[in-house]
Amino acid sequence: MDSRKRLWSSIWPPALMLLLIFIVWELIVRYELVYSWLIPSPIGVGQEMINSWSRLMEHWLATMQLTLLGFVGGALSGIALAMLLHFIPIIRRAMYPVLILSQNIPVIVIAPILTMLLGFGMLPKVLLIVLVCFFPICIAMLGGLAQIDYSLNNYMRMIGSNKWQTFIHLELPSALSNVFSGLKIAASYSVLSAVVAEWLSPKVGLGGFMILSSRGYMPERVFATVLLIVMTSLLLFWLVTLLERLCIRWRPRKEAS
Amino acid sequence: MLELKGVSKSFVTNGERHEVLRNINLSVKDGEFVSMIGPSGSGKTTLFQLIGGLNELDTGEIWLEGNNVTGEQGHIAYMPQQASLLPWYSVKRNIALALQIAGAGKKEAQQQAEQWLERVGLAEYSDEYPYKLSGGMSQRVSFLRALLSPQKLMLLDEPFGALDALTRLHMQQWLLSIWEQNRRSVLLVTHSIDEALMLSDRIVVLSSHPATVVQEVSVPFDRPRSGELWSTAEFNELKQLIYGLLQAQGAG
Repeated sequence: MDSRKRLWSSIWPPALMLLLIFIVWELIVRYELVYSWLIPSPIGVGQEMINSWSRLMEHWLATMQLTLLGFVGGALSGIALAMLLHFIPIIRRAMYPVLILSQNIPVIVIAPILTMLLGFGMLPKVLLIVLVCFFPICIAMLGGLAQIDYSLNNYMRMIGSNKWQTFIHLELPSALSNVFSGLKIAASYSVLSAVVAEWLSPKVGLGGFMILSSRGYMPERVFATVLLIVMTSLLLFWLVTLLERLCIRWRPRKEAS
Repeated sequence: MLELKGVSKSFVTNGERHEVLRNINLSVKDGEFVSMIGPSGSGKTTLFQLIGGLNELDTGEIWLEGNNVTGEQGHIAYMPQQASLLPWYSVKRNIALALQIAGAGKKEAQQQAEQWLERVGLAEYSDEYPYKLSGGMSQRVSFLRALLSPQKLMLLDEPFGALDALTRLHMQQWLLSIWEQNRRSVLLVTHSIDEALMLSDRIVVLSSHPATVVQEVSVPFDRPRSGELWSTAEFNELKQLIYGLLQAQGAG
């Protein structure tokens, strides 16, 4: 009862704020302070969303498929690379700076290069998302692996635990909450880069639909698509948070804050 | 069963050489409870790490049950100062893990853990995560974990050092009662003379900087021992003796 009350009190101020913004926005458009073909009204966006719901869903499914493929691929390769670097220190010392360096190449620049190399199919798009996602996960996991509790580690070594046992029973669970921080960042990145990837060959997906709508001067539709992209990003973030809660149950649960 | 032969160890920090252990000779017989007592910083933890095979010794050998195990890991059961229970495993799984690492199958390890938790009256904590346990309770689990491990020798590293005085007394009694029914060879490190006298068959008094064996004191009290032991004259004479030996080291 108490926690429900607290949840409510944390929800209503931002909800009210959002409502206020929508009302002001609606009024600005309605009283023609800006042209409605430049900025659509929120109600117009809502209507457009309902009208083209089936087409939006069709594209949403394509984007979702691409995002999930890339995200899971990125997560797996990020974790695998972190393990490799963790187990073989010499590789870690060689790779780590290169890894950091590689992150200074913007996604927008990698995308056309991948298309040039691999064509317009699914593969270069998935690969782009994988490239974007694996980094935060890998770095977060390495950070977690570097902060192992000294006395626990000492205990494991004293009773004769080998490297693999120590990894499975001590290091991996101890780094898990770091891995999840990485996964949360990667979740938002993955939606973003899926949209960027779809701009390149606007056949299917929300990114493509958005580009085509903007070329056709349909601002309502562009905004409706953007709204859907934001919601997708939130959905993925929420899914990762849910997974984290299922995986990490050994800590006292914090009250909703 | 355990024998240390002329063990020496020094560390180099900032180019300076610090001798920590000098020519330590020590033995623990089968089923014997031996305590090491000495001033702080007398290298007892270092000695444990050498026995556990975590560090290399400069000179000397470590023998266990007739085998030279110098520098080898996995031969001992260990109870550290902090309970060191893995927070992501239940009490039962924590105990089972120690058995698994020593080579037991997962299922039998868990069964054994469960049986023992029941036997010592901790069955209700079996599925709890460690964060729910009090300090004393964590140490009980930690002791049980070491006791159940198949290795013949148990190393207890100041196991009650972080507990309050009353809990500490309870824990000593509890440990004593369980150990007296399940004799294992034990090497205990402690700062408390009372604790050493209460629990052990023999006490090894160490000096510091570098640590050497000053004297071995045998503790002749009958087992099972009761909590009233500390009020006997003999107990207090031994206490005075050991206190005197430690005082002579220049640090209480």
